[in-house]
Amino acid sequence: MIEEAVAAAHRRGWAFVLAATMRVANDLDLAEECVQEAYAAALQSWARDGIPDNPEAWLTTTARRRALDAIRRERTLRSKLPLLVEPEETVEDAAMDEAQDEEPPDDEVADERLRLIFTCCHPALAQEAQVALTLRLVCGVPTPDVAKAFLVSESTMAARITRAKKKISGARIPFRVPHGAELPDRLRSVLAVIHLLFTVGHTAPSGADLMRADLADRALHLARMLRELMPDEPEVAGLLALLLVTDARRKARVDASGRLVRLPDQDRSLWDSAAIAEADGLIVAGLRTGRLGRYVVQAAISALYADAPTYAETDWGQIVELYDRLLEIWPSPVVALNRAVALAMVAGPEIALAEVELLDLPGYHYLPAVRGDLLRRLGREEEARAAYAEALNLAGNEAEREFLAEQLAA
Amino acid sequence: MAQYAVLIYAPDSAHGPDATAEETAPHDRHAAELARSGAMLAAYALTSRDLATSVRGDAVTDGPFVEAKEIVAGFYILEAPDLDAALAIAKLNPACQLGGGVEVRPVAAGGPVER
Repeated sequence: MIEEAVAAAHRRGWAFVLAATMRVANDLDLAEECVQEAYAAALQSWARDGIPDNPEAWLTTTARRRALDAIRRERTLRSKLPLLVEPEETVEDAAMDEAQDEEPPDDEVADERLRLIFTCCHPALAQEAQVALTLRLVCGVPTPDVAKAFLVSESTMAARITRAKKKISGARIPFRVPHGAELPDRLRSVLAVIHLLFTVGHTAPSGADLMRADLADRALHLARMLRELMPDEPEVAGLLALLLVTDARRKARVDASGRLVRLPDQDRSLWDSAAIAEADGLIVAGLRTGRLGRYVVQAAISALYADAPTYAETDWGQIVELYDRLLEIWPSPVVALNRAVALAMVAGPEIALAEVELLDLPGYHYLPAVRGDLLRRLGREEEARAAYAEALNLAGNEAEREFLAEQLAA
Repeated sequence: MAQYAVLIYAPDSAHGPDATAEETAPHDRHAAELARSGAMLAAYALTSRDLATSVRGDAVTDGPFVEAKEIVAGFYILEAPDLDAALAIAKLNPACQLGGGVEVRPVAAGGPVER
């Protein structure tokens, strides 16, 4: 019961509590340590005194108090060693004063979480570090689980996170929300991190299972949090819509034995119609703003697939048009490849194949897989088989490999 | 306030031995702006690639230390409250628009020698 309440407060409140504590601690390591201690203290304290009305507020107060104690101890130590330590500007004093202020109102609290997200996704950090920090600090995922999610050893992941935190403090990456001209670029890197997390969860790059559902869930949770914090950003709504509509097919993507089921063969009654409807609403609102970004357009394309009653009735013409728009915003060979798949349905496999042959995507297994499919539809069996063999060679996910092996044998 | 070194990378320095005032103008103008802003503590424009000499171990060779398309064409030290503020200033360097760029590194220690 108490464990459940603490676990729930961890899921819901971790980012909030850490971000609010960071304001006092001014140091990620100290803040994180104090928040962990606060959650540990909650287990005992709540068992004794009952679960507080506002668990997040209790946790924040407890963590902030610990941070202040630590800073005070440090300051006392320093004042006793006046000859050994150079005087420094007193960030601690500022933190103390601020902490004694009234609790910030709700809208400012929301801002604190945003600061945390933008700090974790700062472009001065490598993207793999941004992703790891976001999972660790914004989602509160323990380091061993972050390591598991990216299939690296725990020590490698711990070192990656430590290095990133050292850069944040050493280079003084500020704990703030960028604004004005800075915002579009900085927001792009936040959205990229959430999208990457979802992509890794949606189709695991390697391993036995097609999906890592926990990662996809984390990404959805982050997209929702960001949407709540930045309700006026069309690309934030676009990303949430894209994740919702893609994830809506989750149950239909593999059969009972874990084998991959392709879109034409999926049981559409298994799709999450509530998620698709929510995405549709976001997309319509997003398209109406007129400021088309890549995520809104990608979501609109996915929604066209999802809204069709059957695969055959999909509005291929409009999908090709949207891909043309997407290529203008985001010229990428991956987009061109996806466009070719839709183009094959409108203009036939031969024209689509000609487009695919122009693309250069080294190591990307979907390219030969699409080529194999188009060649097979053209009756060029031998070439199709060679393409499937090439795809199989590049694919790392077992469910996908099995599917490709079947195509090769067919 | 923290100090950051801004290393300016370009295919070559604009300040070669035969450089004209026209060639160095955008850089000189930028340096003057930085000096006026009060953020810059020290600045050095270096001469061109041709004048570089490198020492690795005992071996002395002609040319820049690292073989790359770009060389360090100059550097300066600026004072800023945090990395975002430092990057905002560093981004204005003309090198960023002229086929090069800048590297921003926090300064650990040092400064002009008192004599």
